Amino acid sequence: MNKILAIAGVVIKELYRRKDFYVLFVLTALITLVMGSATFFNDPKIVRYLVEVCLLLIWVSAIAIAIGTAARQIPAECESRTIFPLLAKPVTRAHVILGKFLGCWFACGIALVAFYAFAAIVRGSREAYWPMLHYFQASWLHWMGLAVMIAMVILGSLIFSAPSANATICEIIIVGILLLGGHLDTVALRQPPPLDLITYTIYFFIPHLEWFDVRDILVHDQPLIKWWAVLGATAYAAAYTATFLFLAWLIFRRKPLNA
Amino acid sequence: MRSPRVHYLILLLLVVINFTLATVLDIAAQAWTRRGGTDLLAILLGDARRIFSAHFFIKADVYFHAGYYPSIFDLTARPKDSSHMAGDNHAHDEEKCGKAMQFLGRPTDWIERFGRNFAVTEHKHLNSGKEREILPWLRISASLDPHRIETYTVAAFWLRRTLGKPEQAEAFLREGLRANPDSYELLHELGCVYYENYKDAARARNIWRLALEKLELQRGKKDEDELAKYYHDILLRLARLEEDQGNYALAADYLEEIIERNAAPNPDLLRTQITELREKASTRH
Repeated sequence: MNKILAIAGVVIKELYRRKDFYVLFVLTALITLVMGSATFFNDPKIVRYLVEVCLLLIWVSAIAIAIGTAARQIPAECESRTIFPLLAKPVTRAHVILGKFLGCWFACGIALVAFYAFAAIVRGSREAYWPMLHYFQASWLHWMGLAVMIAMVILGSLIFSAPSANATICEIIIVGILLLGGHLDTVALRQPPPLDLITYTIYFFIPHLEWFDVRDILVHDQPLIKWWAVLGATAYAAAYTATFLFLAWLIFRRKPLNA
Repeated sequence: MRSPRVHYLILLLLVVINFTLATVLDIAAQAWTRRGGTDLLAILLGDARRIFSAHFFIKADVYFHAGYYPSIFDLTARPKDSSHMAGDNHAHDEEKCGKAMQFLGRPTDWIERFGRNFAVTEHKHLNSGKEREILPWLRISASLDPHRIETYTVAAFWLRRTLGKPEQAEAFLREGLRANPDSYELLHELGCVYYENYKDAARARNIWRLALEKLELQRGKKDEDELAKYYHDILLRLARLEEDQGNYALAADYLEEIIERNAAPNPDLLRTQITELREKASTRH
């Protein structure tokens, strides 16, 4: 476990040395504050539009950080040949995969804490309303969703030839699932055979990342999500993450590193 | 090495080009403004801004329903007009709206059943002043398409009714009237601001009469049912205004006009009211 955490630590250090997070955070804060400076019909209590814009920016930034960080981890190690000294130590390829995953995931978790704290402050300063449990549920589910995405991107980094191709393909898949994943069953019902069967298969096969996007609950001030459902979603995310990481390990253990 | 004179000549040429371009572009920019595109959005987006405007209007409706709203995959369940979001005689029919918004149905599989834990599944409307949250989207929608009348009427309705901002409602309606000078809907709503909020019966009367004139101009151009609805609403308001002012005979005349124009959903009720008003008018004399 120490070896995995050591590799993860390096990834976290890399994130805070790079400028991605800072740039995205400043951009999110700037756009939100500019939007917040606008008043509509002289009513300073209007806040939900601001929360919506802020959460949208947080989601976009978090996906960009997660994909950007995860896509280059293993290819960068191979390209710079640092993977050889790494594997020369008593570190297995499974350790590398898990370490890289945990590093990216923890780094995203740290970024999410900063982002959601900012969102909470923006809303709280506007309407003096602090639904902390809502923020906890939203950020936790967001983090769980990011675990699946990161694992998916790490798997992609071992399949696709270049990090840019991997990042682009994963972005399309992730955004596609977020927008359409939950509606594929409705789409399947309207398709002729065998398209309906294919669509239904995809529907059951894909990770339903849209579950982890609970912005509407937060924006529209809905009641808390049931805790057993949060637990269930966590287990669901863990299962898909494990599947992607296992697939990544299966590919990585036989992959020639000098190719 | 070339002489510095060549460099100066190149610089001079560039300055001349810049100056010429500036004079040409200035005329083009003025032409864009005259074409009705008074703002940058209109110039940049063209007619596409109407699509965005419609999107933001729907967004306001989504907010009004606190996030519970059919997606593009449940289009049949979407409200067909904005009357459910606001309208006068309003008495928003919660039961009717609730039935119309039952688009979710029973979940067909475990993924859908479990997924509903993370989505808004309860139909409710904003209340207690929270209606203000729909206003930014209506404001943006109006900026993108100033000819979407319902944007102004819906925003003005909430501003004057619930949020206690009749002056903001009036300003927004007047902005709408500048873009749509023949709109009887905007005049109807503006009359409500004057009568219900400012208690200015004289101005309200004039505005509603002007609305009737504008409505008359639309005969044969617009859907008869929609016109009939507005004839009913405006004439009824005028009747109530005259009744409040003690002009019972005039009030009865307006109610009769509703019946004559076949605009009354319940003519018998109006006939009873006309009789009562005529009696009041005769006892007064």
